[in-house]
Amino acid sequence: MRAPWRRRAARRAALSAVGLLLALVVLSPYLVMIFTAAKPEGELRVAPPRLTPLHWRPGNFLEVLADPGFQGWLGASLVVALASTVIVVLAATPAAYYTARHRFPGRSAFLLLVLITQMFSPTALVVGLYRQFFELDLVDTYAALILTNAAFNLAFAIWILRAFFASIPREIEEAAAVDGCDRLRALLRITLPLSLPAIVTAVIFAFIAAWNEYIVALTLMTDPTRKPLTVGITSYVTAYVQHWNHLFAASVIAIVPVVVLFALIERHLVGGLTAGSVK
Amino acid sequence: MIAAVVGYPAAALVRASLGRYSITGLYQGSVGAGNYARLLEQEALPTVLANTVVWVTTVVVVAIVVSLGTAQLLNERFPGQRLVRWALIVPWAASLVMTAKLFVWIYDYYFGILNHALTTLHIIAEPVDWLGNDATVMGAMIVVGVFVSLPFTTYVVLAGLAAIPGEVYEAARVDGASAWRAYRSVTLPLLRPALLVATVLNVIYVFNSFPIVWTLNDRNPGFAHDTMITYMYKIAFKSSLRDVGLAAALGVVNVLVILLAVAFYLRTVSWREAEA
Repeated sequence: MRAPWRRRAARRAALSAVGLLLALVVLSPYLVMIFTAAKPEGELRVAPPRLTPLHWRPGNFLEVLADPGFQGWLGASLVVALASTVIVVLAATPAAYYTARHRFPGRSAFLLLVLITQMFSPTALVVGLYRQFFELDLVDTYAALILTNAAFNLAFAIWILRAFFASIPREIEEAAAVDGCDRLRALLRITLPLSLPAIVTAVIFAFIAAWNEYIVALTLMTDPTRKPLTVGITSYVTAYVQHWNHLFAASVIAIVPVVVLFALIERHLVGGLTAGSVK
Repeated sequence: MIAAVVGYPAAALVRASLGRYSITGLYQGSVGAGNYARLLEQEALPTVLANTVVWVTTVVVVAIVVSLGTAQLLNERFPGQRLVRWALIVPWAASLVMTAKLFVWIYDYYFGILNHALTTLHIIAEPVDWLGNDATVMGAMIVVGVFVSLPFTTYVVLAGLAAIPGEVYEAARVDGASAWRAYRSVTLPLLRPALLVATVLNVIYVFNSFPIVWTLNDRNPGFAHDTMITYMYKIAFKSSLRDVGLAAALGVVNVLVILLAVAFYLRTVSWREAEA
């Protein structure tokens, strides 16, 4: 009896070791990021390079936070990500609910279109997007970024919400109707609270996608004060100035909250991203 | 009430399709077939096409092969498994530009930690200018591409593994199959749908990937290491060409490539539904 138990324990230990190694490999570049972010300016350009700072300088983070440039980019990122997320949820929830509960002409065409937009990133269309907003005179406005982000993140939200609504038995709503609840109240009081996990997933996903969006912002936003973080922070390192520590301090500040949010919805992600294939 | 609910998808539809209309609108309005002819005459085109093929196939194939291992690992129960899952999330959640900038720093000729580590370990005799040397740029970009594609791929394969019922393995064991044999004859065939999905979606993502190629290839003049996406961007906004018409023509080609992949994906998915 003891031998198999031992073998299993050894196997688990080995798996843990391999797992830890994998985690280390995946995280090591980000450790370099954190270490570099904490280095004083003078330690950046030394040969041979050191992995960790000789003198830790957490002040870099405070300097970045106090930098008006950074504050502007952070503000732009927040505005764009929050506004586009609100639009996504407001538009996706009814759309998903309707397609989950009703069959109507054009329903499968609509769902197909949703699926196609999900796989399209704005990247291939960026020239067209630029022309479009140029003609609408919306270049350099938050509105252009918000609309683009909302449009491209809508599909994931519709897909994940639709699957969730479809899994909530219709009978619950019917029971509510018997109890004298009208449809709107049944939707608001029963279905929506039940689907909160899916809505949270959609919210976080839309927020992160907008937060990390780069190419449309790079193309559309030329006013330095209106650039979001992804574009703005690259000005810490150019041909003329090389504040790698500030670049990475800003990156750490931008990445950490997003990783935490992502970890929260980790379990629901695959289903939404492989839309149509995983039931 | 119902009208409002129908109105939303319609509005969503219009909004989602706006981008596409504008490209074709542009094509019809100001660009004739002449742009496509000029596109074919571009000297850089063959290089760019070859780069795109190398970039997409290598990143996707390596990411899939590696994720077969990582997903298998995460499918097991062991102490610290949650930690590994969370670690794997980081490159996925982090902004691609920031990750790309990070690798520019790691690859740096003078001050990058990679050259230091490799020379100290005597793997290379002297420092390599990873991002400045024509022979190494593409490889360096591919490594980053695999690194950021790995989390998503692993999670899709993991979902595929989770869908395989445990009894199948027991049956295989009863039949006296070795672990490797069971993996090849049972796991891999059953993983086929998940692998197809992961492959097609990755092809689309990697083809579309802009920040990595853009950032890592920043220093190099010309188009020697560009993919179709960054080439299009440079034509439109950066190069001396500044030729929106030409870029739009390439843009349409890019969109067609993606549509082709999407069509393939949809066929894959329905093939799967027909099987089920």
